[in-house]
Amino acid sequence: MEHLPTLVSKARQAIDAAEDIAALDHVRVHYLGKKGEITALLKGLGRLSAEERPAAGEQINQAKQQLFQLIEARKTSLETAALAQRLAAERIDVTLPGRHQLDGGLHPVMRTLERIEALFTRIGFDVATGPEIEDDYHNFEALNIPAHHPARGMADTFYFDASRLLRTHTSPVQVRTMETQSPPIRIVCPGRVYRSDSDLTHTPMFHQVEGLLVDENVSFADLKGTVEDFLQAFFERDDLSVRFRPSYFPFTEPSAEVDIQCVMCAGEGCRVCSHTGWIEVLGCGMVHPAVFNHVGIDTERYTGFAFGMGAERLAMLRYGVNDLRLFFDNDLRFLRQFA
Amino acid sequence: MKVSEQWLREWVSPALSTQALADQVTMAGLEIDGIEPVAAAFSGVVVAKVLACVPHPDADKLRLCQVDDGSGEPVQVVCGAPNVAAGQTIAFARVGAVLPGDFKIKKAKLRGAESRGMICSASELGLEEDTSEGILVLSETAPLGEDFRDWMKLDDHTLELDLTPNRGDCLSLKGLAREVGVLNRQTVVAPVIEAVEATHSESFDVRVEDSESCPCYVGRVIKGVDVTAETPLWMVERLRRSGIRSIDPVVDVTNYVMLELGQPLHAFDLANLNGAVVVRRARSGERLILLDGQELSLDESTLVIADEQSPLAIAGVMGGESSGVNTSTCDVFLEAAHFSPLPIASQARQHGLHTDASHRFERGVDPGLPRLAAERATALLVEITGGQPGPLVEAGEIAQPLDEQRIMLRRARLDQALSKVINSGEVVEILERLGMAVESEAAGWHVSVPSWRFDVAIEEDLIEEIARIHGYNQLPSNRPQASLSFKRDDEAITPVGLLRRQMAARGYFEAVTYSFVAPELQSTLLPDVLSPVLANPISSDLSVMRASLFPGLIRALQHNLNRQQARVRLFETGLVFQGTLDALDQVSMFGGLACGSCEAEGWSSVNSPVDFFDVKGDLESLLAMGGSLDAWRFEAAEHSALHPGQCARLLYHGEEAGWIGTLHPAVRAELGLKSDAVLFEVQLDKLMAGQVPAFNPLSRFPEVRRDLAFLVETSCSVQALLDLAREGGGEWLAQAHLFDVYQGKGVAEGYKSVALGLTWQHPSRTLNDEEINPLVDTIVEKSRQELGASLRA
Repeated sequence: MEHLPTLVSKARQAIDAAEDIAALDHVRVHYLGKKGEITALLKGLGRLSAEERPAAGEQINQAKQQLFQLIEARKTSLETAALAQRLAAERIDVTLPGRHQLDGGLHPVMRTLERIEALFTRIGFDVATGPEIEDDYHNFEALNIPAHHPARGMADTFYFDASRLLRTHTSPVQVRTMETQSPPIRIVCPGRVYRSDSDLTHTPMFHQVEGLLVDENVSFADLKGTVEDFLQAFFERDDLSVRFRPSYFPFTEPSAEVDIQCVMCAGEGCRVCSHTGWIEVLGCGMVHPAVFNHVGIDTERYTGFAFGMGAERLAMLRYGVNDLRLFFDNDLRFLRQFA
Repeated sequence: MKVSEQWLREWVSPALSTQALADQVTMAGLEIDGIEPVAAAFSGVVVAKVLACVPHPDADKLRLCQVDDGSGEPVQVVCGAPNVAAGQTIAFARVGAVLPGDFKIKKAKLRGAESRGMICSASELGLEEDTSEGILVLSETAPLGEDFRDWMKLDDHTLELDLTPNRGDCLSLKGLAREVGVLNRQTVVAPVIEAVEATHSESFDVRVEDSESCPCYVGRVIKGVDVTAETPLWMVERLRRSGIRSIDPVVDVTNYVMLELGQPLHAFDLANLNGAVVVRRARSGERLILLDGQELSLDESTLVIADEQSPLAIAGVMGGESSGVNTSTCDVFLEAAHFSPLPIASQARQHGLHTDASHRFERGVDPGLPRLAAERATALLVEITGGQPGPLVEAGEIAQPLDEQRIMLRRARLDQALSKVINSGEVVEILERLGMAVESEAAGWHVSVPSWRFDVAIEEDLIEEIARIHGYNQLPSNRPQASLSFKRDDEAITPVGLLRRQMAARGYFEAVTYSFVAPELQSTLLPDVLSPVLANPISSDLSVMRASLFPGLIRALQHNLNRQQARVRLFETGLVFQGTLDALDQVSMFGGLACGSCEAEGWSSVNSPVDFFDVKGDLESLLAMGGSLDAWRFEAAEHSALHPGQCARLLYHGEEAGWIGTLHPAVRAELGLKSDAVLFEVQLDKLMAGQVPAFNPLSRFPEVRRDLAFLVETSCSVQALLDLAREGGGEWLAQAHLFDVYQGKGVAEGYKSVALGLTWQHPSRTLNDEEINPLVDTIVEKSRQELGASLRA
């Protein structure tokens, strides 16, 4: 019994010296375990007299309690240190890029087509498509462009034979739609079109969106309103100036070309608008009765309007692309800019 | 068409600046493409007279001229022009003058002789593009000392019009002036044209055999024409300002009248005409050498002007060489005829000819013009060349200014079409100023259309005229009204936009390649596939329609590899064209291509080159989007463009719907590609087709899983094992999946270990071993029998 303080002192030293949880546990077992030294003292109480026993038991229990607390405290401190060390060791550079497949992207012209489709479908238009190898009837005849009509010279056509060709506009889709549907008709027709022309500002293939609305009492004012609203929505500019110039398309009457105030220079005049402040973006008009006659729509009851625009032109204006041909090179350095 | 602003303003001159006039005309549908000054800036040039002209004492090619510039004192000038002569009226640049190109005229000494000024040539004044051969000689009536620029009225502009094909009536001063008059509500003053009195009776017979193509033909013999006479400067200038070069007085006059009135004219050398002028269809085998030297072989499809022997000209298009006017011509036969648009358009196109005449006839020339134009041209020819006119010869019907074309314009229709009521006074004024005769009645107006308006035939055409002149931008804008209604939206269909975004999310960029490709490239990739060939391609390497997206994607890959882009991932959607024109499929496809490392270079990326399974994974992610991945199968197959051992045909519900594979090494070598590439293409409609999800109740009972490792020959497909497992797994097999494929140590050469995980679950009870074991035994046994598979120990 007289060596209890020595034993406690030794145990304290051992607890303080324990460098990790395992060593500490070892100390605990050594003193407080079933065969530990403090436990042995408790077991030895039986050899004492009944008078001595309570006091000795009290002392040993106190020592045991003290050591237990010291071990717990040491354990907590060791655990805290261990966690701190682990956390320090597990520190990462959170600025490293995440692990993933680098994103690709959509083509700017396709993106533009989608945007145009979305604007129109949101107000109740459907999307219609059609074949690209067309027949003369749908591309020309039904659109009031008979053989030898001077308007055929407006579009240099790619032919396969006397009657089959690559569509020069998406207007045949209008005809195909009206052949199978009755008014009211509200469609936009996006797609590839082809003209035999290749220079700085022309590619032999490009994209158009054609729109058609046929209903009772449709007027030129409806056409104007729709086109103005669309262009302002597309360019996200409520104050965009839009003007209508009389023009000629065999399948519309009256016909108009539509200019917007140059979006590059805000109408001040720049290279893009040839210093006129205006840029032509769209052709449109009221559906010509001859077209309705071809598809059997009653011209007294129904009127309609149609419009057509080049997606590349709109994409160039929207994204500031300065060379049409870049759209078809598919150069990744170009495409990445639209990701 | 180019016209001089001054010339136009002689007809009608609104109080508008040049730019404002151009804008006004443009906004009325006659687009003015360009406004150019007719002469470059210069100053200090006056009308002067050469008083005397003697050789320079010390230079063979120079002369000393005494020039009277109106200032009183004669000025000495050294001149090198071969044509300078005493008595000429000339354009004289005084000392201090500044000529085009900022060329300042200073006092000078030339070979010892003092020169104080310069006698100018047309090119030195910017009036001629080519270097002139000599000085410009002016009319004797030019007032001495007057500023040359003022006298020539050079402060003028050339307006360039880009007219739409419907407005053939505006291809003349007369037509354009009419429009300007309408727009400004001003009266147009036309030159007075009077019938020329014949001074002799010599005539030449005209016979029209095809009066449908040539309803009217007017001709006249003009004798004693001096073709060497000078075209007066005012006419040369007007032609020049209209973009036409002066040739000789006969050609100049016909061009001038065409510009002025819009009627193309032709002059034949009477000496070369035999018998009569005949307007007829060419006979098969006839030949004609045109004015431009081109020889044509003709047939019945061509309308010609012939004499009794042979064709002389392609009617309405171009004259022949042998019957044309030349320097020795003395008597001419002047033609002013009306030809219908269709035959002229067709023969101009057939022979690949496009002339000022055919351009006008194709669009429609006023049939009321031939006689007027013939009189106008005669008067000018007589004045300039001193010829003597014969009587006018006329064949066919002379059109009345207002033909039977009468259109009813309804007030209600006009108001409805424009959503605006334009008052009757304005409607009538617009129509009348356009040359229409208008009769008002209760419901609207009866309108007679003038002979020059080939584009006005129906009520809508009149509505356009009124809208156009009133001003499109003065008309209201509305928003169309429609009733709200739902549209069927097929939920099973995956929108193509989602598929495209999925590819983008997996690192692919969207490409847009031409639908026509190089035939060599296509036949290298797809030697057995037919696709339509363009009759008139823009170039031979864009001449055949693509039968697959592969050629375009590979071309785009090459473009990028050649620009240091080693890692290329592209996809495209679009039609491909398979078959012949008469049995053609235009199929919408979705294709992709990957080349280079499978991940972009990075701190933790896999840098191995992309392989079949990387791309197959991307493709499967698309197939899965529709929700019916099970409908798709990949089966080993061969494709001419793809590696025979790394190529699969895609089946959708058992039908071919696409391909995937590594580019064939031989093809790759032939194309000179530096890297391997994996490609796929799938029919878009199949890719988009999916299914609406259908709920299955969740089982509350435990799953039973068995893992089976089979040893099979390497040639055995995993798909076959999976199929057997699914087939033999019974009703409650929930899933059979592959979790390992192993070759190498522990597995005999020529074999692979394939580990499948099979999971069973019953919706309403726990499955026990007694139920599962026989199923596993069946699978193992069938695999052994059908695939030679054994369970790995």
